[in-house]
Amino acid sequence: MVSFSAVAKRYPGGQEALRSVSFALEAGELAFLTGRSGAGKSTLLKLIPAIERPTSGSVIVNGQNVGALKRGAIPYLRRNIGLVFQDQKLLYDRSVFDNVMLPLAFSGQAPREAARRARAALDKVGLLARERSNPIQLSGGEQQRLAIARAVVNRPALLIADEPTANLDAESAARILEIFIAFNQVGVTVLLATHDQALIQRHGGKVLRLEAGKLA
Amino acid sequence: MTAWLRQHRQAVVSALKRLGLLNAVVIGVALSLPAGGYTLLESLRGVAGRLALDTQLSVFLRPEAKRADAEALGKLLRADPRIARLRFVPRDEALKELAAVQGMPEVIEALGRNPLPDAFVVTSDPASLEALAADLGKLAGVAHVQADAAWARRLAALAAIGRLALWLLSALLGLGLVAVTFNTIRLQILTQREEIEVSKLIGATDGFIRRPFYYLGLLQGLAGGAVALAVVGLGLWLLNHQVGELARSYGSGFRFAFLPAGDALAVVLFAGLLGWLGAQLSVSRHLREIEPR
Repeated sequence: MVSFSAVAKRYPGGQEALRSVSFALEAGELAFLTGRSGAGKSTLLKLIPAIERPTSGSVIVNGQNVGALKRGAIPYLRRNIGLVFQDQKLLYDRSVFDNVMLPLAFSGQAPREAARRARAALDKVGLLARERSNPIQLSGGEQQRLAIARAVVNRPALLIADEPTANLDAESAARILEIFIAFNQVGVTVLLATHDQALIQRHGGKVLRLEAGKLA
Repeated sequence: MTAWLRQHRQAVVSALKRLGLLNAVVIGVALSLPAGGYTLLESLRGVAGRLALDTQLSVFLRPEAKRADAEALGKLLRADPRIARLRFVPRDEALKELAAVQGMPEVIEALGRNPLPDAFVVTSDPASLEALAADLGKLAGVAHVQADAAWARRLAALAAIGRLALWLLSALLGLGLVAVTFNTIRLQILTQREEIEVSKLIGATDGFIRRPFYYLGLLQGLAGGAVALAVVGLGLWLLNHQVGELARSYGSGFRFAFLPAGDALAVVLFAGLLGWLGAQLSVSRHLREIEPR
């Protein structure tokens, strides 16, 4: 599903974020990406949906070499990847429901089918009752669950989350994690960046540990 | 196909929501200047043509000339390639025309006889008018050739300057329209920055993101064109109120006419096209700057 081979990423200015990173994720796998702040976790995750391009090495997602993708092909790559960001990136000028509808607008779904899918996604994260609220009225945990609903509404094969439980209390964090595990159990490949060792130990799965840009 | 239509409908709806009335008014008022100028010039051209813009010569025969002389001369004139149109005005008809003018019947009655000669009205192109007048003056039986050439040419030159000025004004204000749209779209892109960034992150194509902005530029231009027509229409209505009274006092039914439907449509479509162009320029310049990091 995802394979990195000898990937390096150097930012303009010479800062080396990743050095010779290689790993592979099989379809349906659950993996945790850990490491201290600044170890390169975010950079690694950004290479998968082509938000960043590798300086050298190859990033293969779904059989496509992401580093060599043309600009016009990137949207279609991203539609098959569910992205959850640490800062949710929700739109506060519209309702919870419309936030989840956003990805469906691009794919040209019939409105009835799109609404059905959006409600199904909201139901899975337990926010169906809040569909008319504005995201600003939601708690931190609820906002993160909304971000997950938006990420999965297009039924991606791969789900990537960057520190989705940061800034959340233990109970909310556990709930978020349960949702990811549930998606993994129905066959979605999940890659989670986190520095919460306790969570990892409780759930098992592959662990990728980054230290100063290298996999340990 | 239905998905394609649906996406375009979404884009139009989203553009309509952001359509600012004030921008349409700014564009409309600016465009009403050349559109109004053009309307006035077209109306005046009708009048000027009736006067002498069509560069006519009047060829008066000697008073003692017989009808046969006039016919012989007519044949000669018809053979001249420089003469575009020829109209014979018999002296009786000339007298009748004169009598129709207010106050003239009394004058004619005082004269007791018809003082007018037979005449030809010759229409030619302005370039050869003066040479033609000189040649016609030499013909036997011709008493006098009256050429309003200098005056006609001056009026034509004035109209040409007016038209040129209108074209320049149109070009300048067209440029202004593009600039206004460019800026409106830029501001719109800035206010929607977050939405654009998120959309790019979750798989929106460039085309999908651009579409509402193109429609916004197009609709804003079209609305501006419609406002311009409304301003011109209102201006003419006010003008005609005054002009009608003035014209009536001269026994004329002159009124400024509104643009023909084809021209009016062209104004609106052209404004729409310029709006679309402004949006296109703005989008291609500003949208690429928003890349998720």
